[in-house]
Amino acid sequence: MQTIDLATTPLRELNATLQAQTQDTNQTAWEVLNPRGAHAVAVGLDAPISVTVRGSTGYYCGGMNARAEITVTGNAGPGVAENMMSGTVVIEGDASQYAGATGHGGLLVIKGNAASRCGISMKGIDIVVFGNIGPMSAFMAQAGRLVVLGDAGEALGDSLYEARIYVRGTVKSLGADCVEKEMRAEHLAELADLLARAGAEARPEEFRRYGSARTLYNFKPDNAGAYG
Amino acid sequence: MTTPPRFSATFTPDINAEIRRAADTGLYDIRGGGAKRRVPHFDDLLFLGASISRYPLEGYRERCGTDVTLGTRFAKNPVQLDIPITIAGMSFGSLSAQAKEALGRGASAMGTSTTTGDGGMTDEEREHSTKLVYQLLPSRYGMNPVDLRRADAIEIVVGQGAKPGGGGMLLGQKITDRVAEMRTLPKGIDQRSACRHPDWTGPDDMEIKILELREITGWEKPIYVKVGGSRPYFDTALAVKAGADVVVLDGMQGGTAATQDVFIEHVGLPTLACIRPAVKALQDLGMHREVQLVVSGGIRTGADVAKALALGADAVSIGTAALIALGDNDPRWEAEYRALGSTAGAYDDWHEGRDPAGITTQDPALAARLDPVAAGRRLKNYLSVLTLEAQTIARACGKSHVRNLEPEDLCALSIEAAAMAGVPLAGTDWIPGRAGS
Repeated sequence: MQTIDLATTPLRELNATLQAQTQDTNQTAWEVLNPRGAHAVAVGLDAPISVTVRGSTGYYCGGMNARAEITVTGNAGPGVAENMMSGTVVIEGDASQYAGATGHGGLLVIKGNAASRCGISMKGIDIVVFGNIGPMSAFMAQAGRLVVLGDAGEALGDSLYEARIYVRGTVKSLGADCVEKEMRAEHLAELADLLARAGAEARPEEFRRYGSARTLYNFKPDNAGAYG
Repeated sequence: MTTPPRFSATFTPDINAEIRRAADTGLYDIRGGGAKRRVPHFDDLLFLGASISRYPLEGYRERCGTDVTLGTRFAKNPVQLDIPITIAGMSFGSLSAQAKEALGRGASAMGTSTTTGDGGMTDEEREHSTKLVYQLLPSRYGMNPVDLRRADAIEIVVGQGAKPGGGGMLLGQKITDRVAEMRTLPKGIDQRSACRHPDWTGPDDMEIKILELREITGWEKPIYVKVGGSRPYFDTALAVKAGADVVVLDGMQGGTAATQDVFIEHVGLPTLACIRPAVKALQDLGMHREVQLVVSGGIRTGADVAKALALGADAVSIGTAALIALGDNDPRWEAEYRALGSTAGAYDDWHEGRDPAGITTQDPALAARLDPVAAGRRLKNYLSVLTLEAQTIARACGKSHVRNLEPEDLCALSIEAAAMAGVPLAGTDWIPGRAGS
């Protein structure tokens, strides 16, 4: 285990060191101490390494991650794992706004709650939230899956494209063009897989599926009210 | 005796036609291009030239430099340009792959940069652009760290001059398989581009976003922040505060792929009105020339380039003019423009993907009309003329480098232009709005 202490090491050195790891590195396990809410911790990684951040992070922890497994033992600030390409980011605590925003791939697991706009504009990332998610989550989400074991706030999936949303608890309201959809065998299977990969103990049958009604895919003046 | 027919100055034929069109369709008019209304512009300024108190430099004999370096504040690898004219962001999707290649070829031949757009980076444009600026837009279509690292600079797009505060829409007919794949969306649907970034709000957040981008790219790449002409003093100051290396300021004449006509014509400031407030913000912060200012929106001639530089810009950016140089709106396609209900010079329905010139389209047959090599050569020629013209003016003003042009070299032809540009009305020493003037 390689240890980097942010109390004594500059952020630049931390990120440069982690970014320098390659496919063949034998230093595959890293530990980051004293993050103390620092921004941009462990961003732009592109190697199959595991990084455990002991504490809480500020904005954009794990931003644009590829291949790395990043775990934050505390809470994560806004935009955790934003634009992630692949790999895994696990938040043991809560996540702030825009968790997993625009992520293209990989798995984001939030073991606490996520604030508003979780999964905004997601483009292929999978997000599993053990707790609740805030309003306007999965806004304009294009692809990927958002799984919520708790409740969802207002306007879930507003202006949704092809992303799939699974919620076990209540949904305060659905956003424009987001509708509940039939849970078929294929959906139960993919949900079971996601729950297993996230280490979440829940039965797929307890969830409801939401997706795009696809009525806003091509602009029509009659739909203008849906945007209001 | 009958009264001759008299048209209203308020209800003009154009206005009446728009009322009828709205009544017919129930839709607002969507179009490309920038503001078409007449606004105070560089045409309303004149250079004074040399006289007894200023001596000129000899054309073609005495050196007049044109190079500029962008991103000297924080980036390890600033962008070195041979000319102070760059190509503005225009997406693959909006433009054909051939058009993007042509832009890269022409710009590279002149030692300047091109810019991606709202659709990600293609291999073709990276290959054909020796200096490529990668835009980070609210939609984040195609955004990925590999392209971020192979870019020469990163441009965070907060807004654009044609529609400050607006997002975008790429209509379904331009969404081919390749465009759809790059944007992670189904083929054939309208692609909305968000008007706000998904993972930050406000200048304090933007500062952290810039930090993240620098950390991902090892502090190597210059970070530009592009804003539409709106509140240029404050936007420039906030961009500097957030850590930008370069501020790109786009006035309302700047083109766009597609948005509402009402937005284009009624929101935002003319380019001329943006420059001095932005320069003042930089000067007030002690950052003029340390944070470079790139101005765009209606740059057409070397005179425009020289005037923008004289007002304090470090470089300019062109979009519409570059497309025209490639062959957009060329009268040779007049019959086809007429078939589309337009005419050469006025065609602006670029979003519909039926561009006879083959530039703003994804239709393979139309796109094949544009030879990227020949079109790239045309752009090179045009950029060369812009540069020579700017040098001609700079020498006439006694400047050994175009960057040495200054407001004192200018006067204005109208009170409005004098006030906006902060230069005297021609034949007077009056700068409207200046205390004691």
